[in-house]
Amino acid sequence: MNAVDTALTGKNAMKLISGNHACALGAIAAGCRFFAGYPITPSSEIAERLARHLPEVDGVFVQMEDEIASMAAVIGASMGGVKAMTATSGPGFSLKQENIGYAAGTEIPCVIVNVMRGGPSTGMPTRPSQADLMQARWGSHGDYPIIALTPASVGEIYSETIRAFDLAERCRSPVVLLYDQVIAQLSETVALNNAGSLSRTERKWASGPRSAYKPYAGDGDSIPAMARPGAGYRSHTTGLTHGEDGFPTQNPEAVTRNLSRLFSKLERHRDVIDSWEALRCDDADVVIVAIGISARAATRAVELCRAQGLRVGLFRPITLWPFPERPLRQATAQARAVLVPEMNTGQLQLVVERVLGGMPVEALHLFSGEAITPVDIAARAAALARGT
Amino acid sequence: MFIDTAADFDVRDYLRKEMMPHFLCPGCGHGIALRALLWAIHELGLDKDKLAVVSGIGCAGRLSAYIDANTFHVTHGRPLAYATGLALARPDLHVVVITGDGDCLAIGGNHLIHACRRNLKLTCLMLNNEVYGMTGGQASPTTSETRLTTTTPYGNQEPHFDACALATAAGASFVGREVTHHVPKLKEIIKAGLEHPGFAFVEILSDCTEILGRKNDLGSSPEMIMRQKSEIRPSAYRDTVDTPFRPNVLPTGILTRTDRPEYGAAYRRAAAARAGAS
Repeated sequence: MNAVDTALTGKNAMKLISGNHACALGAIAAGCRFFAGYPITPSSEIAERLARHLPEVDGVFVQMEDEIASMAAVIGASMGGVKAMTATSGPGFSLKQENIGYAAGTEIPCVIVNVMRGGPSTGMPTRPSQADLMQARWGSHGDYPIIALTPASVGEIYSETIRAFDLAERCRSPVVLLYDQVIAQLSETVALNNAGSLSRTERKWASGPRSAYKPYAGDGDSIPAMARPGAGYRSHTTGLTHGEDGFPTQNPEAVTRNLSRLFSKLERHRDVIDSWEALRCDDADVVIVAIGISARAATRAVELCRAQGLRVGLFRPITLWPFPERPLRQATAQARAVLVPEMNTGQLQLVVERVLGGMPVEALHLFSGEAITPVDIAARAAALARGT
Repeated sequence: MFIDTAADFDVRDYLRKEMMPHFLCPGCGHGIALRALLWAIHELGLDKDKLAVVSGIGCAGRLSAYIDANTFHVTHGRPLAYATGLALARPDLHVVVITGDGDCLAIGGNHLIHACRRNLKLTCLMLNNEVYGMTGGQASPTTSETRLTTTTPYGNQEPHFDACALATAAGASFVGREVTHHVPKLKEIIKAGLEHPGFAFVEILSDCTEILGRKNDLGSSPEMIMRQKSEIRPSAYRDTVDTPFRPNVLPTGILTRTDRPEYGAAYRRAAAARAGAS
């Protein structure tokens, strides 16, 4: 039994590991057998772990010549039917965007980890931020849907990495795993043997006669079956707009039908995609909306406020994109105000304001390269709760 | 020796008939290159189900859609990077890359040099027509000096790349070049590339009659092809004549062939050795 198997199946698989380490182990537990990457702080530990562990499970690790190539190689491996992942940080995430759009448009499953650091540009490589929320959603050109998950602890990085592969394979979509530098390099104890209960959907593969196979037909649930190279289908994949047969077309009806299906694909699977945590929102006058390390601080802020008798709750999107809009509306139905603490200049705030319409939305922005503290959030939430 | 007696080869067996008519301009050399590739595949008896063709963007990039195989038309400049992932993940597939001079040497130049260095088993066909044809005729890294293009209206002043010299310098273990005039010979070079146990780079000198030819008054397609033929020096001459028969012209044939460890196999061997040791 190799080190990876021991770590994943041992009876006492409690490990004190960093977030990036948990991501690497989660990927292997999910069945990831291909990783291509390029060194970048603060995500490199994921590549380093997988360089060591992937060969132990007959997988392949490759360090490519640049960020663009590593994204392309991941999509290429997934075209071959192998679960594949890459990991990067802000500048590398920008470079990968064109190919992420290709994966979205051609519906090639893949997982992209973006460990958020301060920006813009080279920014603060060793400092945290939460400023890539919009890049994760809108980073590539054109209109396309995408899934992004925002874990808030080392344990959740492990389980959300497994869920990222589940959603990527199930929905045939790129999935972005978005977390900040703090939890990437924070060490916490994780129960690795919990992975067995998590869903691991396999990709829908083409079956039946080649003559009847349509590479981009919706098959009832809007998710097309993919032809595994070597299985005899000999299909075509192109980034050009394509019809159900996979070949390029600019026929307006065919283009509209395919792009409409692409969007309906995620909407129709919101029951498995949506994920959030609502903490003490039922009676809350003030609901804090936060993700990642800011949500960790906000959890403590809720306790501090409650200790003062103030009705404060927390809504934490775990799936950021597509945004859990209805759950947020439900969680804030009785709230008077909403507070959005985030390590950027207001990206999550924009979404919350749109979703909640006329609700007063207060913001707490920090972009100094530091994490927001519980005390800072509690002070603002308490002021809102007191109506001052 | 090289007589086109492809008696048992019918190109239509390897084409997607539903994609016909093709979109290449009259006189374009890319169709000749495609036929040579399919002929080589036929002679080697490669299984179409196990054949994967990855192509980039541009006129050459569109060729993959015509081939009855597992075909992937990817992003501009990146077919070698996609193919690297595919070939590493699926060593049972035979992966061929079709790219153009702009796709391979400009936007994708970094991937080319590292594919040469890495020596993963891939066959890369670079169709060099000296121009960005699909976007309307802009200068490319292989556009000859003084040529008129839409972005060099006063004549091209940039020196052009020698793609084969670049590939050799970057460590490619197989480098070949041929003109479309010599189809059976081109087929033989592609065959040798397909059989090579490592990264094989084949430059095919194609002609863009409609755009580059018209702009530079280079005549009809046969005239362009005959001019290309007069500007090459088969590598066999280099070996048989002390004084180069045609100095200062492009060598053709198999220019480099070395025996280096194939990357995918080397990677798996190292992993297996480590597993055995633990």
